[in-house]
Amino acid sequence: MAQRKSLNVNGKSVRVTIDDPEMPLLYALRDNLALRGPRFGCGLGQCGACTVHVDGKAMRSCQLPLSRLTSSQRIVTLEGLGSPQQPHPVQKAFIDTQAAQCGYCINGMIMESVALLATNRKPSDADIRKALANNLCRCGTHVRILAAVKRAAGIA
Amino acid sequence: MNINVSRRDLLKGSGALVVSFSLVPAGDALAQGAAPAKPVALTELDSFLAIDARGQVMVYSGKVDLGTGITTALRQIVAEELDVPFSRIALLQGDSRLTPDQGKTWGSLTIQVGGMQLRNAAATARGALLEEAAKRLSAKKEDLKVADGVISAGTRRVTYGQLIGGKGFALKLDHAKPAQPKDPKDHTVVGKSIPRIDIPSKVTGRFAYIQDIRVPGMLHGRVVRPPAIGATLQSVDESSVKGVAGLVKVVRQGNFLGVVAQSEWGAITAAQKLKATWSTWQGLPEQAKLYEHVRATKVVQDQVTGNVGDTAAALSGDGVRKLAATYDFAIHTHGSMGPSCAIAELKDGKLTSWSASQATHDLRKQLAEMLGMSADDVYCVYLEGSGCYGRNGHEDAAADAALLAKAVGKPVRVQWSRADEHGWDPKGPPTLIDLRAAIDAGGNVTAWESDFFIPQQTAGSFMVPLTGATLAGLPQKGDIAPGNVFQNSAIPYKFANVKTVCRRLESTPFRPSWIRTPGRMQNTYANECFMDELAAAAKVDPIEFRLKYLDPTDRRGIEVLTRLKALAKWETRPSPQAGSGAGGNIARGRGVSYVKYELVRTYVGIVADVEVDRASGAIRVTRITMTHDCGQIINPDGVRNQVEGNIIQTLSRTLIEELKFDRSMVTSLDWASYPILTFPDVPEVVIELINQPNTPPWGAGEPSAAVVPSAISNAVFDATGVRLRSIPYTPDKVKAALAGGA
Repeated sequence: MAQRKSLNVNGKSVRVTIDDPEMPLLYALRDNLALRGPRFGCGLGQCGACTVHVDGKAMRSCQLPLSRLTSSQRIVTLEGLGSPQQPHPVQKAFIDTQAAQCGYCINGMIMESVALLATNRKPSDADIRKALANNLCRCGTHVRILAAVKRAAGIA
Repeated sequence: MNINVSRRDLLKGSGALVVSFSLVPAGDALAQGAAPAKPVALTELDSFLAIDARGQVMVYSGKVDLGTGITTALRQIVAEELDVPFSRIALLQGDSRLTPDQGKTWGSLTIQVGGMQLRNAAATARGALLEEAAKRLSAKKEDLKVADGVISAGTRRVTYGQLIGGKGFALKLDHAKPAQPKDPKDHTVVGKSIPRIDIPSKVTGRFAYIQDIRVPGMLHGRVVRPPAIGATLQSVDESSVKGVAGLVKVVRQGNFLGVVAQSEWGAITAAQKLKATWSTWQGLPEQAKLYEHVRATKVVQDQVTGNVGDTAAALSGDGVRKLAATYDFAIHTHGSMGPSCAIAELKDGKLTSWSASQATHDLRKQLAEMLGMSADDVYCVYLEGSGCYGRNGHEDAAADAALLAKAVGKPVRVQWSRADEHGWDPKGPPTLIDLRAAIDAGGNVTAWESDFFIPQQTAGSFMVPLTGATLAGLPQKGDIAPGNVFQNSAIPYKFANVKTVCRRLESTPFRPSWIRTPGRMQNTYANECFMDELAAAAKVDPIEFRLKYLDPTDRRGIEVLTRLKALAKWETRPSPQAGSGAGGNIARGRGVSYVKYELVRTYVGIVADVEVDRASGAIRVTRITMTHDCGQIINPDGVRNQVEGNIIQTLSRTLIEELKFDRSMVTSLDWASYPILTFPDVPEVVIELINQPNTPPWGAGEPSAAVVPSAISNAVFDATGVRLRSIPYTPDKVKAALAGGA
């Protein structure tokens, strides 16, 4: 039965029409709101490609049923951080270090890193590795991703 | 938001600039099946590039960007050769109507072959434009100057746009006898680390992957694969999905089963809920006896890849020391981060397929055969997907989408699940290698023999069967296509007696295909580990040992190893290191490896530094040092990015990865059961790129991966005195080897 759900996404109040309140947030963002930042990687919370911020915290949107979200929770996606013209400092660091190959995982890398830097402005190398330990990259871009996060933190 | 995937939109979105529409023949009409005006033959200049009245250049590339950044590098080649600004070049890739068939995007050949075809096209175009300008400006061709697409003779000038704008060149190309390119000393664009054009949009969520594309009227499909690879579909209970909102259809054709729904979540829900009954099937070998199965598989061809002297006589000679070893290399999945995805629309007897296929021209033939259509009625469009590292599931998803679109008469998008990708992408086949050698009393290698047990490859055809067609029982060629996995079975070392044989097997347990560095990785692994065994037996430093047997005229191979010694601060001594068999809990060592890719191109040398935890059996790679010569470098940072990726990905394959299966099916269907390397285990990586601007550019997407497994194996031996011969090097295997002391 179609129903409406109110969400706060990238600073705007939006309403999506859904059939199933147990649908994960990922599909509302991608299919209802046409956002491309959060990506489908596994649907199991194992890879991190779907990561978004919910009230500043990095969350796996594939594991977050809409029924658990309220319209007052602030959801931010990769698009909400910045644009090619005005990238977020972490996005800019990824551009400056050319930290992408296919780029499919990069959404998760950036969302996780922004959340890390919000609570730990000068993380150690080990802190960064730990924070990104559950974000998978198949291209092997890890060396550059580490360099990008350090650059964003001003420690490289 | 719907995205209307017309050529016009694609062109607009494909680069930093908006290309003149006049370059695009018939625009939207193409998507409706109008005949293209543009040639695609490799022998026509107009197949490769066009220049509009404003001097904007459109490049048509049959080679596609699989996330490697080559669309930036290919633009650099054209900008350089044509003397136009990089920013004025757009590139369209992998379109079966508009781009030339330059072959699959594989084998580290995009720059080496595809790029050189483009260079030839650009050089030919520039020559023709100069000829024309000389006439217009009443000047001698050699007195003309070219800059930024403007040709001048003193104060008189004419632009490329004025000379050719919107018209074709109508010139032939002969790639065997290419036009004279620029002298590399004049290069200003080639050889520069121009930032990749796709990265800003990728890191801000603006880039559209195939997974993001929506076409008008599109429905969402999911496939429901059998629980056993060869199972037969006995019955489907459609009432099990009756309550799913927006369900359009349950599609059943033979053993092909799928669902189509209005929404993606509806399709996922239906696929999860659909009850079907399948027969049992247990046609896979026991995993624990995999290599016994490989060894027992019928050999259909003995392919001799190296034959010098008489190895049998040398091995049975008096006074020689004989060594023998067997190596094996596990079955791997491609493991793309984004599961395969495709869209298809069948309308008025014509099929349009959008996918991330690395070979849209080939896919077109396969889809046509499957659906009993003329290839002329099938149109395949490439859109970038998640990195694939070879032939993964993209083409299969395209077949699934075509079958579902045909069944419902509307465009259907198929997104594979993680389990679909891990379970059903074609696999890198298991590889078993026997090696034998003889060393004389003076420590000289007198014989080298090897047998590589690898699947056969259908002659002259590399069409990996489409799973959808197989399940549906539809017609298709029965190719077995692991790729050119014989490569690098022969060795670069000059021993007096050599015989290397690929024992081509009739079959292999899983549908094979190529995965990054196919065959070259496995074969180099065995060869370079065994080379290390011989060096240790001869008590010679492993780099000195390799240099002793390299062709002394092969200057570049020698340079790669010589520079590697300096870069890695290599201590000249034999392996294993003194005290390797005893001491503390952590054993440290270093290992070297070397490859001349396919014995004709890119040279790579590597040193791995490792720590082995004797108690846990865990191997920690602390540092990788690499020297790399791929000839003329187009974009140094692009090459570096690829090389880094090869190193990290192959560390993962070496230390961790192994497909798990029971007698019916793959059981490693997610990232928990098929883990890959993560950030805490990423080593320091030091790379020295050796540029050779006056030589042809060679591939860089694969070669550096070939040397990684052997370098790690050799480093573990150096640290512990124990030789590991079975990939992956899991802690359990390492502990067992240490306990055995072998």
